Amino acid sequence: MKTVKQLFAGLILISLGLESAQADYTLNLMKGVTKVSNDIYDLHMLILWICVIIGVIVFGAMFYSIFHHRKSKGHQAAQFHENTTVEIIWTIIPTLILVGMAIPATKTMLELNDVKESDMTIQVTGKQWYWDYKYLNTDIHFESHLDEASEKAHRTVGADPRLVPHYLLNVDKPLVIPVKTKVRFVLTSTDVIHSWWVPDLGWKKDANPGFINEAWTLVEKPGTYRGQCTELCGRDHGFMPIVVIAMEQPDYDAWVKKTLDQQKQKPDLSDQTREQLMAHGESVYLKNCVGCHQINGAGVPGLIPALTGSAIATGKWESLDGFLRAGTSKMPKFDKLNGKEFAELMTYVRNNLGNNVGEILQPKQTALPDDDDE
Amino acid sequence: MSEELSKKHTKLVRILVFVAVAMFGFGYALVPIYDVLCEWKWIERDRPDDIKQVSEATYKIDLDREITVEFITTLNESTPMEFYPEVKQLKVHPGEYHTVNFYAENKANKVMVSRAIASFSPALTSSYFEKTQCFCFSEQTFQPKEIKIMPMRFVINPDLPVSYKTITLSYTFFDNTDKSVNK
Amino acid sequence: MSAVAEHDDHHDHHDDHDHGPAKGLLRWVITTNHKDIGTLYLLFALAMFFVGGSMAMVIRAELFEPGLQFVDPAFFNSMTTMHALVMVFGAVMPAFVGLANWQIPLMIGAADMALPRMNNMSFWMLVAGVLLLASTLFMEGGAPNGGWTLYPPLVLQPITVGKALPFAIFSVHLLGISSIMGAINIIATILNMRAPAMRLMDMPLFVWTWLITAFLLIAVMPVFAGAVTMLLTDKFFHTSFFNAAGGGDPVLYEHIFWFFGHPEVYIMILPTFGVASTIIPVFARKPLFGYASMVWATASIAFLSFIVWAHHMFTVGMPIAGELYFMYATMIIAVPTGVKVFNWTATMWKGAMTFETPMLFSIAFVVLFTMGGFTGLMMSIAPSDFQYHDTYFIVAHFHYTLVPASIFILMAAGYFWLPKWTGHMYNEKIGQLHFWLSVISVNILFFPQHFLGLAGMPRRIPDYAIQFADWNMISSIGGFIFGASQLLFLYIVYDTIKGGTGEKVTDEVWEDASKHGLEWTLPSPVPYHTWTTPPSAVPTEHVLDTH
Repeated sequence: MKTVKQLFAGLILISLGLESAQADYTLNLMKGVTKVSNDIYDLHMLILWICVIIGVIVFGAMFYSIFHHRKSKGHQAAQFHENTTVEIIWTIIPTLILVGMAIPATKTMLELNDVKESDMTIQVTGKQWYWDYKYLNTDIHFESHLDEASEKAHRTVGADPRLVPHYLLNVDKPLVIPVKTKVRFVLTSTDVIHSWWVPDLGWKKDANPGFINEAWTLVEKPGTYRGQCTELCGRDHGFMPIVVIAMEQPDYDAWVKKTLDQQKQKPDLSDQTREQLMAHGESVYLKNCVGCHQINGAGVPGLIPALTGSAIATGKWESLDGFLRAGTSKMPKFDKLNGKEFAELMTYVRNNLGNNVGEILQPKQTALPDDDDE
Repeated sequence: MSEELSKKHTKLVRILVFVAVAMFGFGYALVPIYDVLCEWKWIERDRPDDIKQVSEATYKIDLDREITVEFITTLNESTPMEFYPEVKQLKVHPGEYHTVNFYAENKANKVMVSRAIASFSPALTSSYFEKTQCFCFSEQTFQPKEIKIMPMRFVINPDLPVSYKTITLSYTFFDNTDKSVNK
Repeated sequence: MSAVAEHDDHHDHHDDHDHGPAKGLLRWVITTNHKDIGTLYLLFALAMFFVGGSMAMVIRAELFEPGLQFVDPAFFNSMTTMHALVMVFGAVMPAFVGLANWQIPLMIGAADMALPRMNNMSFWMLVAGVLLLASTLFMEGGAPNGGWTLYPPLVLQPITVGKALPFAIFSVHLLGISSIMGAINIIATILNMRAPAMRLMDMPLFVWTWLITAFLLIAVMPVFAGAVTMLLTDKFFHTSFFNAAGGGDPVLYEHIFWFFGHPEVYIMILPTFGVASTIIPVFARKPLFGYASMVWATASIAFLSFIVWAHHMFTVGMPIAGELYFMYATMIIAVPTGVKVFNWTATMWKGAMTFETPMLFSIAFVVLFTMGGFTGLMMSIAPSDFQYHDTYFIVAHFHYTLVPASIFILMAAGYFWLPKWTGHMYNEKIGQLHFWLSVISVNILFFPQHFLGLAGMPRRIPDYAIQFADWNMISSIGGFIFGASQLLFLYIVYDTIKGGTGEKVTDEVWEDASKHGLEWTLPSPVPYHTWTTPPSAVPTEHVLDTH
């Protein structure tokens, strides 16, 4: 019923020509926050209006004819079937319009392509199914996953996504860039082709495995800008959003310092209660495992083994630990996780998802001597 | 059907079948054509096989210009390696030779053959980036748990257009063990 | 179909000197008669239209609301992939081959297709190919779900294709061989078997557009076969065409695919132009405006289709020279396409129009195809395409050029020629109802998708952010209405074959139609064997003027 009501409300709002209740609801292309995105918007509007005008003329003529030149009104059919002059005119005029369009389009294209003279470079790596960002002028390096609330909501039957803020367009760690700075992006991928798109920046660019592509942006206005992967990259293609936060230079500098400090911090290896371990473990699971093994640990029959009742998952924790750190030809290694996360994840996997090993693991047990956040 | 007509049919069908077969071949011919097109200066898209070793030449060092060279490293899929450059950024003068070491470690307990694929941004700079020594010229074989420090020696040709101030060089390691003939 | 068979039988007993159709079901298996094979193609295409359509219903049901309700994301991806493959290779292309089989011999005064046995073989190969493709739905790991474009490395990942890849590729081979054989047959028929009085520039436009389409098919289907063969060897025989590690490049696949893919788009639209150019003059009671320029426009569109492919991949990271070249080349297509639209409008201008169902569908085609053309022009502007690419904007664009264009024209062709084929008139009231339901719902279905794309919704996603919810729901509702409306068409086809309104149609069927095409000078229903002696004169109107 709720949906029916919403539908009616939507239809009524549209018929009144009002904006819908959704704040970021748009009908047209967004202008965006860079010079290029504004140029593209202008191009878009220009060609749209040209199309509208041509449409009005052609359809106008057609409907005039449909209305007046009908047999039921007694109209007699003329028998002309050629007119060289007219035919030449309607070949030449469109050609001229196209030339007129090509000039600003070429200008914008050259601008879009000009990655020279950039102030900083960020490496964007698409992975199934999250983004990995590396700042080449500092040591900042992090992964950006779909946020936990969206992750849970879209994987839980009956959950109401309308209650999740920025459903599917929110990440755990957004990309942060300074405003009024020419930022160059180099894009690549480690598995399949992805495409990085933030509409407010005005472009998308494919991330191809083995090759780097380049793009740039210069954001004028501080703010949060959201986008998504736009090249089909497998099962969870719809669940790898992008969030870019543009900050004033001082705020950005503070963010860099804070992030670097956090990166240097050793994980907190103090003991946790069972509940804490399970809760943190779920977060680690949602970020790293759920894409393949699914929210209930059932895997995908024939493709991805189930964790529920799995001998590896429920066997000796030491061997599971070794298995996760090494990976296999089918599963990536997870040595990027630290000892604390290993304890949380293993506790969760072994005591949830239909498993019940009983024992819990503490960070100190699973930590390696050189365990740091790298 | 008259004899004459069926002859006409046979002739036409032969031609059309030939065209179809030729177009199948053309599909394959697009592979080398693509390579050739990619080598054209104005098209310039890097292909792994373009990265050729050049012998060391002497250039006049252009001290007035400084180019920032950035190195990025990627491991494809689940390639069980550790791989990073010892410096992430280097400021160099065109014409000046530099050597950068890359750290590579085979984390697996088995022999691995892997191949590093190079790619440049801006793409046009690749023909000015001359390498005299690189691990990317050929496949690398790693013994179990082997660690290699791999040097890459390069020079930036001073002919590089002045508008380029930053060059990013990317290496992606692919695990080729299954496909390789070198194992 | 049994009514047709019966009817034909009567004819054969009374006035045919040749043998009639074989008895029983076997007739349809072994037939080499162009009308039988045409019927088989059309019925098969109609069946596949409903199969592909049900997949679209699954997609629209899942997208009805945000959140995942009905299907798993991987199955959703299988649905988008299979919907495209089934509709392109199982519905639209075979339907046009079916029309070609029925109409080309009738229109050019030939007794049958040039190579009747090959004709039979290409139909059954098509069936085998589509069944093989459909069988992947029931395999472990499901049907291919990497998109109909089959981009590597995604399509080579075990997790994406399961065990289906070799079957899907073999199916593409079969479909490719089938359509190449069909194309060869059509070319041979048109070039060698025209009535002596018919010069090339006397041919009806439907024949012209199919001649050009057939050449496109022969030129590009083998390239696609080559591309998928490379995928196959990359996957199973350690070649590295598209694998960077071995010196390949995944972007190369995109180039080869779209070298096929762009002409493929025109393979589906050129015969559409041909049918529209055949129907509109009949109901405007005027000769087609600009016959010669129509032929030249078709040929130029076909030629241009070979040199614009990379506009499907502006964001792939092409050098600037490539981006600009493909942008300019693509923009030029608007000129010949514009000429066609202007010509159709001029054909209606000062006519004496009536609006029977085929004409309604044809007018809707001209208007809605032009709207698809407008968005196509917008996307040819490369910098703007950096925003539009891979969003619902492109989904709206190509559905406008395929559904209210190709599909509508196929419907129009059905209404237009069914009375000729069966000798029965369809029920005009239900036909009009079908039209109005279709044309309204197709716009409710696809127009909002422009808004979704511009607002930032990527294509091929099973779930979406809340701000896309309203338009998706409206689009889905349009989709359900459109899907349900097509059942009317199924009923009308059945009803017409069974006797329709009971009204006996004349040989012309439509007023003065015999001025426009040879087929209308034959008896209704068309006898099993026609033009055993070629017609002596060519009665198309523009010909009367230029002779």
